[in-house]
Amino acid sequence: MKNFLDLLTEDVFEETERGEINKDTIFVDLDEWDSLTALSLIAMIDHEYDVKITGDEINSAKTLEDIFDVIQTKKA
Amino acid sequence: MATFSIENIELKGVTCCVPAQIENNYDLDMSTQDIEKLIKSTGIKQRRIATEDVCTSDLSVEAAEDLIKNLEWNKNDIEILVFVSQTPDYVLPVTSTIIQNKLSLPKSTIAFDVPLGCSGYTYGLSIIASMMKSIGLKKGLLLAGDTISKMVSKKDKSTLPLFGDASSATALEFDASSEGIKFDLGSDGSGANSIIVKDGGYRNVINSKSFEMESISDGIERNSNQLVLNGMDVFSFGISQAPKTVNKLLKKFEIDKDLIDYFIFHQANMMMNKFIEKKLKLSSEKVLYSLDEFGNTSSASIPITLVSHLNKQPILKDTNLLLCGFGVGLSWGAAQLNIKKDFKYSLIEK
Repeated sequence: MKNFLDLLTEDVFEETERGEINKDTIFVDLDEWDSLTALSLIAMIDHEYDVKITGDEINSAKTLEDIFDVIQTKKA
Repeated sequence: MATFSIENIELKGVTCCVPAQIENNYDLDMSTQDIEKLIKSTGIKQRRIATEDVCTSDLSVEAAEDLIKNLEWNKNDIEILVFVSQTPDYVLPVTSTIIQNKLSLPKSTIAFDVPLGCSGYTYGLSIIASMMKSIGLKKGLLLAGDTISKMVSKKDKSTLPLFGDASSATALEFDASSEGIKFDLGSDGSGANSIIVKDGGYRNVINSKSFEMESISDGIERNSNQLVLNGMDVFSFGISQAPKTVNKLLKKFEIDKDLIDYFIFHQANMMMNKFIEKKLKLSSEKVLYSLDEFGNTSSASIPITLVSHLNKQPILKDTNLLLCGFGVGLSWGAAQLNIKKDFKYSLIEK
């Protein structure tokens, strides 16, 4: 999970403070979140985890931990 | 098993035709900051937009006339015409017969439409090349393009800044010395809803409700007779499928990636294409783009990228190309082919 949060800070939420990125962060509330940030998130997950995440899965997730759980489920 | 080779068919030339009217993304009704972010991510600065009275077929006819002239072809020798488009003139008849008549091609010409989009250029090449090879035709024309601006809501920031109008004409000829074209094609209709116009076909016949504007989210307002694009799903599909189809083609025919002079991907989104480029470990000078000038022009995006490049850097030697289209359907196709020094190309405005 920590690694996932680090990757999010490096590759997705480049303008958001690391301190604001934790497992309970409701990502749609972040100033930086928009449809283009969503594409960076999809790309990062594909690259780092080799997992294809869909728009519906992102839209159904609330926190960053929810996204992490989708990756774990799909990886399994 | 849709990985195959069609020998002895060669591309002799391409002409692309775009409308003269330019729509600039810097003029969008958005904050400067949002516009800059959009342009940085999509790579699209401007697009060509057809006026109300100009259809894809009109751009295609102009392109075809120019190409026939450049190649000094006799129209009577053209035996097949395939029109790839999702923006036909009418529900019926097909547009290809109307074009056959406008171009004064002989009545013996085989003409039909193929309603594919982003994958339409590579699919179209495979269809025309296969027919030419199997029934022994000498000369064929592939016309591929769209005027997607006509189906986009002016109040939809998820589609409006992306699509431009264009069409293309490609000349194919039987040539016994040609290695021909190698293909990998595929489809996945489970993603049909990712890019869709819901009304206007026969699943949802057009009705008065089709024109009721609906607010989807901030900056996205459209009716069900207009284009829906689920950007996240399409992005996810593109970055996973495009590298797969390219690798499948290279592997099947044992093609050395380093021997490909240029890779041309469907022009949808710079961020997506850069990611595909990175995944395939391609050197960026070998990957061509035309997104900044023309945006996403559907099935015309591959030929327009080729012609834009050749206009800047004329062809000096036989050139090995790998083309890859992917998108609406969902559908994809990769093609590898050579163009020779005498390849004719031009980009015209209507």
